[in-house]
Amino acid sequence: MQNWIDAYSAVNLKFLLQGLWVTVEISALSVIFSMIFGSILGIIRYSKIAYVSKIVGFIIDIIRNLPLLLIIFFVYFGLPSIGFKPDTIPAAILAMSVFESMMVAEIIRSGIQAVDIGQMEAARAMGMRYTQAMVHIVLPQAYKKMIPALVSQLISLIKDTSLTTIIVVPELMQHAQVIYGQNANYIVPMYLALAILYFIVCYALSLISKVVDRRLA
Amino acid sequence: MGSLLANNWHSFLTGFGWTILSSIVALVFSLIIGSLFAIMEVMPNKVLRVIGNVYVEIFRNIPLLVITMFFYLVIPLYFVKINGFTAGTIGLTIYTSAFIAETVRSGINSVDIGQMEAARAMGMTYGQAMRYIVLPQAFKLVIPPLGNQFINLVKNSSVLAFVAGFDLMYQGNAIASQTFDTVNTYIIVGLFYLVITLPISYYMRHLEKTLA
Repeated sequence: MQNWIDAYSAVNLKFLLQGLWVTVEISALSVIFSMIFGSILGIIRYSKIAYVSKIVGFIIDIIRNLPLLLIIFFVYFGLPSIGFKPDTIPAAILAMSVFESMMVAEIIRSGIQAVDIGQMEAARAMGMRYTQAMVHIVLPQAYKKMIPALVSQLISLIKDTSLTTIIVVPELMQHAQVIYGQNANYIVPMYLALAILYFIVCYALSLISKVVDRRLA
Repeated sequence: MGSLLANNWHSFLTGFGWTILSSIVALVFSLIIGSLFAIMEVMPNKVLRVIGNVYVEIFRNIPLLVITMFFYLVIPLYFVKINGFTAGTIGLTIYTSAFIAETVRSGINSVDIGQMEAARAMGMTYGQAMRYIVLPQAFKLVIPPLGNQFINLVKNSSVLAFVAGFDLMYQGNAIASQTFDTVNTYIIVGLFYLVITLPISYYMRHLEKTLA
């Protein structure tokens, strides 16, 4: 018999929310890092610099097409054997940031491509340098177009933090597993709680994205 | 790396096979289920529309791992004992079907409404117009995004490792913990995944360019 009342005791709920907070922290840091590196990589790929853009593009394609879980394992279990041993939370942030950077880079590149080429040409004709035109004219328009894609990437990032439970990162999924690990009668209540908590966070984000998108359009 | 592959090729290939099997089974079922929910979402009937919408929003916003573990742990409590491979593939199917529903729905919506109106004016029923006029055009539009969903599906099939699903990731972990050669093992596992995902990825990009 599943024990719903004891499963949702104050102590357990607090423990779950602590896990949710770690999930949010890991997601937030990974988003910040991947927005920065992803933008840089995306612009490099778009800019068609001899050799560099090709190589960056190849690396992006490789990592994007690997499972995130494999990258998490590689960072946590692989890197120590070549002398770099990150703790669980830094390992999770590193793996997520690397993977998400490549996803963001691809979104940025297609966002820039979607901006009319005439914008760049006009800015250059006005005497702006390539970087000036990129930063002041092209990128602001590109980011506006990319908001829905970036938010859905953020949503999948939040969902993907659950994978880090495998390296015992103390996030939401892992905390739920600790709770039902003590008592098998908590399994169903815990999975319901997980579903509700993840749903609230992700669905709220998708609603916000829809509103923002409508405002800007 | 060569000897690692030579000594463990059987495990790697077994894992590769289970990964492909799980991905294809999940693809077939999630295409069927996803298309059904997509059609429900554009139906004139409000109740069906709401059901379709709720299904898609629920399963798009819950982690695949939560869905998979739910099937792995909860179904045996009440119904039958299922193995990790089955639980994982069911989880993959449900999760992916929500994304496919979303993709197909936006494909249907981007077919000009005049097509449906013209078909109805010609005397077709709603179902006929949908089946013979709208859906064939919609599917052409959604081939590249569906290809990307398949890539995600193959990558996501690595969650089978959580439920002992014998897939590539699971076998890779077993080999890594036996040989302690983690770096090379994970590189080989990665190459196996890329054999499936990279060609599809490049082909879809090519299709996007030629269809656009």
